[in-house]
Amino acid sequence: MIHFKKKPRVAFFDFACCEGCQLSVLELEEKLLDLLSHVEVVEWREVMSEKSDEYDIAFCEGSITRERDVERIESIRERADILVSLGTCASISCHNALKNRWPMNEVVDLVYGDSGGHIDTIPARPVSDVVEVDYQIRGCPVSLPEFETVFKHILTGQSYDPPNQPVCVECKLNDTLCVYEKGMVCLGPVTRCGCNAICTAYGDACQGCRGLIDDANTEAPARALFREDLHPIMAEVARKNPLTREEILAKFTVYNDTTQSENGKEASDGDE
Amino acid sequence: MGTNRSIAVHHVTRIEGHGDITAEIKDGALEQVRFSVVEAPRFFEAFLRGHHHNEVTHMASRICGICAVSHKCAALKATEAALGVAISDQTHLLRRLAYHGEVLSSHILHIYFLAGPDFFDVPSVFPLVDQDREMVRRAMRLKNLGYDLSKVVVGRHTHPIAMVAGGFTFVHQAEKLKAMKDRIAEGLDDLKETVRTLQGIDLPDLERETEYVSLTHPDRYAFYDGEILSSDRDEPVAPDPYREVIEEYAVDYSTAKYARWNRPEYMTGALARFNNNYEQLTDGAKTAAEDLGLTHPCHKPFTNTIAQVVECVHCLEDARDLIDTLVNGGIRPGREHENVKDQAGAGVGAVEAPRGILFHEYEYDDEGKCLSANMVIPTAQNLANLEADMRAYVPAIAGESKETITHRLEMLVRAYDPCISCSTHVIDLRK
Repeated sequence: MIHFKKKPRVAFFDFACCEGCQLSVLELEEKLLDLLSHVEVVEWREVMSEKSDEYDIAFCEGSITRERDVERIESIRERADILVSLGTCASISCHNALKNRWPMNEVVDLVYGDSGGHIDTIPARPVSDVVEVDYQIRGCPVSLPEFETVFKHILTGQSYDPPNQPVCVECKLNDTLCVYEKGMVCLGPVTRCGCNAICTAYGDACQGCRGLIDDANTEAPARALFREDLHPIMAEVARKNPLTREEILAKFTVYNDTTQSENGKEASDGDE
Repeated sequence: MGTNRSIAVHHVTRIEGHGDITAEIKDGALEQVRFSVVEAPRFFEAFLRGHHHNEVTHMASRICGICAVSHKCAALKATEAALGVAISDQTHLLRRLAYHGEVLSSHILHIYFLAGPDFFDVPSVFPLVDQDREMVRRAMRLKNLGYDLSKVVVGRHTHPIAMVAGGFTFVHQAEKLKAMKDRIAEGLDDLKETVRTLQGIDLPDLERETEYVSLTHPDRYAFYDGEILSSDRDEPVAPDPYREVIEEYAVDYSTAKYARWNRPEYMTGALARFNNNYEQLTDGAKTAAEDLGLTHPCHKPFTNTIAQVVECVHCLEDARDLIDTLVNGGIRPGREHENVKDQAGAGVGAVEAPRGILFHEYEYDDEGKCLSANMVIPTAQNLANLEADMRAYVPAIAGESKETITHRLEMLVRAYDPCISCSTHVIDLRK
């Protein structure tokens, strides 16, 4: 961790993503102006014309999906004292890694047809698979209170670990009816919280955008739905969601396809 | 002897996504000008295959952080068409309300944060925090009003929750919606200030008539629904099958997919909607257009940003009416979700995203799993028209300094408010 003697210089960078996380930051309104008064923003392509190669803190959004982006993130890592992965794409790959299930030439052919001959794409990896990350802000999109907290931790030289309790904790605190009781399959029991369980508050199921908690029992939801002596609530869930065991396990990969990410890493390492 | 200029802008700033400009001027004549998309492709159309429609519509909003509601609505409409699902009037009204929030926040982002700094001769909005803090606050207030209008319907703007095929997993009590009406009144005041601020700005002068393409609807200024209209034609055509109307094509110097209909290029977005559907704007929006000197029809691409201001007024006035209709009709809070049965089928969803017409198309198998996906996004459709504008504009400024030409071309790109992250299959291989 670093204690800054003068106003640290901050830069925002983006790779393969929807750029929604950096735009969400603008929602902080007056708080953003307060936060930014403690730093000097030197590069933020989306909203600034200035560019700079000199910065102390780099916020990086998006996944690494091209060879040239491997070089770019490595160069950012060399320049920045502190590198922050902003959002799920940068932290755990989000949907980007789903393409890794197919050979790259196959996905290129499918989307670009005959004109895709020169497309530069490699299996997608989160930033943390390519370079060391000092702070991680998960979420699709990031939650603003957490962004603010991490920002302050950086400025005051404190470390920050993303929350590692399941979404169920926040659901209970919010008094939200359990999604399973509504007959839906929810990834909340094994997904990291920090989002204030917003999706379940709006009647939807958790889709796992912050990735698994450490040592998550990913077999549990499937096991609970396929045992002999089904709990009545789970019997109703099973009736309404005729999913196979594989289909339930596949839900965990929508935001965080870890096995494929490992393949991607090997494929990319092999190219170097 | 004319001047020689070689322009190269790597990663144009203050646009959404990554794009480059190159231009070559020899002896005062334009040899070549291009806008290259250099965004890392993400392959949504490939990896959505195999996913259940519930996941497809959830993931589709992640194509773009600015137009998340547009992408989600296009995906929901396409999926509902494929599965033969009808939605209630309330769902329709709520989606349109969430939609207005997105158009407002997206336009305000562009007007003040992306294009705006050029009008005030600053490199970004940040110097204005000290120079004109009230203006920056106003911009943030308006942007957040847009977010909050979406939020009251779908939980947050990026990425929307609660909207699913067939309806909503959650709808707020009427009080929450009513509370937005005071905010809308304040927002309309802020927009009046915005009009005053922009009355004095001097936009580069470029006039080039082109084909304007947008959705059009018999009952309202089209955003969420309608048929496809070209300014070159009298009658609109149904969005399905859009492929038979709008032709995507490759050009020899690029593998980006360009689009054409009746001419080699067309424009889509705020100015196209203004030109095609002007009569359906609210009275306040028409007044704003008049105050801003935006006459109908308008063939000046730089005024696309001005047309966005007019649409902001329209969206807020119409949002106020939508809330009245919802509340007076007796809003049904909680879950309103039609039973969606998995079945095989294919469907198209067309919406007007803030930047123009957007198509999603999906085919599902009998288990409701995605067999194929295709999206045609507004920025891709605008590329050919943007380059045609550049070709028309550069000769007029060829004698200027390299810095001025570069800056004006950047401004022209920004006027289109390109949204490149959307570009699921826009890519340029000229590099």
